[in-house]
Amino acid sequence: MKPFAYLKPADVDEAVLAVAADPGARFLGGGTNLVDLMREGIERPATVVDLTALPLDEVHDLPGGGLRVGALVRNSALAADRRVAARYPMLAQAILAGASAQLRNMATVGGNLLQRTRCPYFYDRESACNKREPGAGCDAIGGFNRSHAVLGGSGSCIATHPSDMCVALAALDAVVEVRSVRGVRRIPIAEFHLPPGDTPHVETALAADELITAVELPPVPVAVRSRYRKVRDRASYAFALVSVAAALEVRDGVVTDVRLALGGVATTPWRAREAERLLLGGPANEEAYRRAAEAELAPAAVRPGNAFKTGLVRATVAATLRDLDLGEEIG
Amino acid sequence: MRVNGAEEKLDVEPWVSLADLLRDRLGLTGVKKGCDQGACGACTVLADGTRINSCLALAVQYDGKEITTIEGVAPHPLQEAFVRHDGLQCGYCTPGQICSAIGMLAEHAASGADPAALDEAEIRERMSGNLCRCGAYNGIVDAIKDVTR
Amino acid sequence: MTTTETERATAPATYVGKPVDRVDGRAKVTGEARFAAEHHYPDLAHAALVHAAVARARITAIDTAAARAVPGVIDVLTHENAPAMKPPPKFSPLDLSTFVSATSVNYLATDEVHWNGQPVAVVVAETPEAARHAATLVRPVYQELPAVLDFAAEEPNAVPQKGNLLQESEADKGDAEAALKTAPVTVDLRFTTPPYHHNALEPHATTAVWDGDRLTVHEGTQNIAWLRKHLATRFGVPERGVRVLAPYVGGGFGGKAMVWAGTLLAVLAARAVGRPVRLALSRAAVYHTVGGRTPSTQRVALGADADGRLTAIVHTSVSRTGRIGGMPEPVTAATRHLYAAPNIHLRQHVVELDLLANTAMRAPGEAIGTFAIESAMDELAWELGLDPVELRLRNEPERNPVDGKRFSRRLLREAYALGAERFGWRDRDPRAGATRDGRWLVGMGVATAYHPTLMLPANVSVRLGADGRVVVRCGLQEMGMGAATVQAQIAADELGVPLESVRVEYGDSSLPDAPGAGGSVQTASIAGGVVAACDKLKRMVRRLGRGAPGTYAEILARAGRDHVTAEVKANMPVFMIRTLLERRRLVKAACGVHFCEVRVDRDTGEIRVSRWLGVFDVGRIVNAKTAASQLRGGIVMGLGMALSEETLVDPRTGRIMNPSLADYHVPVHADVPHIDVHYLDEPDPTMPLGLVGIGEVSIAGVAAAVANAVRHATGVRVLDLPITLDKVLPG
Repeated sequence: MKPFAYLKPADVDEAVLAVAADPGARFLGGGTNLVDLMREGIERPATVVDLTALPLDEVHDLPGGGLRVGALVRNSALAADRRVAARYPMLAQAILAGASAQLRNMATVGGNLLQRTRCPYFYDRESACNKREPGAGCDAIGGFNRSHAVLGGSGSCIATHPSDMCVALAALDAVVEVRSVRGVRRIPIAEFHLPPGDTPHVETALAADELITAVELPPVPVAVRSRYRKVRDRASYAFALVSVAAALEVRDGVVTDVRLALGGVATTPWRAREAERLLLGGPANEEAYRRAAEAELAPAAVRPGNAFKTGLVRATVAATLRDLDLGEEIG
Repeated sequence: MRVNGAEEKLDVEPWVSLADLLRDRLGLTGVKKGCDQGACGACTVLADGTRINSCLALAVQYDGKEITTIEGVAPHPLQEAFVRHDGLQCGYCTPGQICSAIGMLAEHAASGADPAALDEAEIRERMSGNLCRCGAYNGIVDAIKDVTR
Repeated sequence: MTTTETERATAPATYVGKPVDRVDGRAKVTGEARFAAEHHYPDLAHAALVHAAVARARITAIDTAAARAVPGVIDVLTHENAPAMKPPPKFSPLDLSTFVSATSVNYLATDEVHWNGQPVAVVVAETPEAARHAATLVRPVYQELPAVLDFAAEEPNAVPQKGNLLQESEADKGDAEAALKTAPVTVDLRFTTPPYHHNALEPHATTAVWDGDRLTVHEGTQNIAWLRKHLATRFGVPERGVRVLAPYVGGGFGGKAMVWAGTLLAVLAARAVGRPVRLALSRAAVYHTVGGRTPSTQRVALGADADGRLTAIVHTSVSRTGRIGGMPEPVTAATRHLYAAPNIHLRQHVVELDLLANTAMRAPGEAIGTFAIESAMDELAWELGLDPVELRLRNEPERNPVDGKRFSRRLLREAYALGAERFGWRDRDPRAGATRDGRWLVGMGVATAYHPTLMLPANVSVRLGADGRVVVRCGLQEMGMGAATVQAQIAADELGVPLESVRVEYGDSSLPDAPGAGGSVQTASIAGGVVAACDKLKRMVRRLGRGAPGTYAEILARAGRDHVTAEVKANMPVFMIRTLLERRRLVKAACGVHFCEVRVDRDTGEIRVSRWLGVFDVGRIVNAKTAASQLRGGIVMGLGMALSEETLVDPRTGRIMNPSLADYHVPVHADVPHIDVHYLDEPDPTMPLGLVGIGEVSIAGVAAAVANAVRHATGVRVLDLPITLDKVLPG
């Protein structure tokens, strides 16, 4: 990788100042994505600001039943937190469905939010990629695109957002707290990740000098009965082809509350608001689930490699909601 | 950094990975590199007892930590169990499998669960970050089960 | 012990057949085992490759200034400044070592680019980090040339495939196409298999050390002796001055059988900079410089009468090689031996593309060929409404189907009977989609495994010390098969000594030459040498003892000898003639049957393999533990081939787009159920100690067994590997 200067600040102010002073600086958390991208020559920071000494590695209760998760909480620690398992099972399941145990032990919550796509053309410096090199073109659109997005894409990029955790965060209306020399900002998760449009290299609402300090999870009562279902090309240790984060409350056969988000199929963690709207107040049955998924997929644009994903989304959404309604274990 | 119980004072460039530091500078070649990108688990070591992929760790990030490699775990009952159950063939993934299994058993114990409750399916899922191309998976799982009894 | 006890006689084997722990196990579980990139030399420099990013071109300029400016960079070698190597030798049947030239390219000798990924420069630096970084800064400028890259598009232009001296693949018996037309029941199916890569966990690595004209190379190779000869030829130095060391090889599977660019360029770089050089390829560099398995398209058409007796078998294939070399796979070879039929037509075709040469990967030919023939047999069973086991038994041949040669040994009937019983095959509901377990559709599949048995001669020496210790010396390759362990067991039994007193020295070209580890030849070949050397040793000891009784130690002491050494040397021409004569009348093989159960998610089509049982007819088993591991290993690799593996070659650029273990999905722990392995343990009467090679047979048939189980679970016949969930996803 390209040589760089290394800083390890001891507190948040110092970290924020370091990056404010150096436009070529990047924050480093667990390293599971950034170090890989630096080795591949895709990320070439002049300075790396290592955050792992910052005191941002705790999970606190919020009034009303929410949780505040420090940006440096390791993924495995968050998944193992009993409050998370009790209040937001979908989040614990999403984290445990991602990567491997070793990577979850390293990866941080803040870093996971900033995970970059696994599009093979993005990863290959010899291929054309608008995300890596604005204006270069996109080799994925006419190439291998089995792993690519059917929702939220544009003519310049169809790369999938790879995170599992963020799909659950999207369903839970998490809020991302960021700090810079200009102060603190709170960004709703729905506004945090940006669709590619004509600027696929701009992936989040985060400014270059802003540091993620925490993720806040509001109280979401329905999430007590929630699931994360991940469908992939092998039984473990693979990115999602389709994933579904869902929470469901049914009374007398009628959906009284629902949360639904999709992973593996969109350029951002995809909150399925149209599906939720259709489901709410309607019958809790297979046909309704499939119709809701179908409606969510109305704007889908498929390619030869990923055309199967629309059917897979319908099937996985329906199966996950059915399992939640029937209280079935996913095994 | 403490490595396998010994204090190591090292001066390394920040772009040197923990895996390369251990292999090239400290001669701890039991740490293997199968992919150098966190996709195979061969480089698994324990950092303060937690299993990590040392290829994606910058060495400087682990300043002050206690690093344990396969050379530092001996003698561990898993090593003997791997031989007895033939949980290896070429041997290249083996140190990573053993370090990962040690970390896995510690994670399981930390959750308060009974080690004997680790069934094959759960061992497989928890060990899926360690690839074995020779296909010694059955023997590896048997070896791990063996030491939990 | 007495000399009489040392006679190999009717006494039962003490070690052969036993589940002995592998002798190198301890070194591997403690981290002591050092692989090719793990040998330190003072002044060691590190190399990294620069790869072409276009498929076919001439390099008009190559800018190395930025790379040279990186602190620690020692040199950047390109075609403009690299020392010359001799061109790779062309294959000659008179010198089998010429077989190891993986490609016809003489690296860094010309401005030509022959494939996307070809090394076009080597950076040598003080640290691996500096070498890798500087390599990213080398900028070649290309004049691109037209390239032919798309296998599917080129298939109609395929030409007949050349034959293979050691393995016949084609056949014409009767008139199969005519018989198909009149057959009461037929299937006619077209299959495809994608390119695959070996993905041994140890990426290819070379540490090269020159001392004048003498060269030492640490290399994970499957072919120590031939690599030594190849290096001597390419660098114009005496073969006796070249030493190849490979005591540990981190998996091969065919990917380390040939000599690829990295090995040559490490040696070249070491010569150029005058220092020891290590070149440890990145995983991506392995994909870009070491060939994988060819893709294939295959047609299998079967005709049968109403009670399931085959009247016609047609199996044809198209595979690919690189224009710069490659090994055409004998795709239809197994079909010469599997089923009796009066009419058989087998043909192979090949296309040449501007891609890296393909190479052998575990069971080349059989692995992908059995997917087609064994899937088609299953489909024929559905057409006939017949149990697929019964269909196979009805067509089990008494003699080799295409030419009537005798089988040296063939126990497929017994394997099917045992497997069906142990697996509970008869208890299944034969209807498609009829068995459910919660969200899972459950199916069972069966398929036959087949791999030919070959042997090559080996040189072996056995030294018996006055202290009773035995050293077997042979330059064999150990990459996980348990090679040293089984030869120690054999020698211990042959000499009647405790296993602990036997040490096997291997993995070093200064030892007597062994054949390479490929084609499942190694164990039996070397066993032949070990047995012969032990026999010779016992005769020598008897002569020393002049018939008087006594232990080895006593006899050696009385004769005033510190040790006795017996050595056997292969006579290659005699061996080849004998082999070819034997092949005129005999067919020998390892074979077996797979039974499996899969579960398919009724909603998402996710496929999980939940049970596996294999029964193998693989001659006499030397080590029940390592043999089981090797057979399981082939099955696990077969599971990847069946369900998740595929090398993605972009047809627009010829570039491999998933050159990583994150994107090329080999099976992980969670994909692999317990695999129940049985063997019939019937010695092959024509092989040393009755041994048959087992390294490859178990991958054959795996993909078909999975496909057949998926067919039973879902009703969907998948003809294109891998069987990913989208191919069975309910509408």
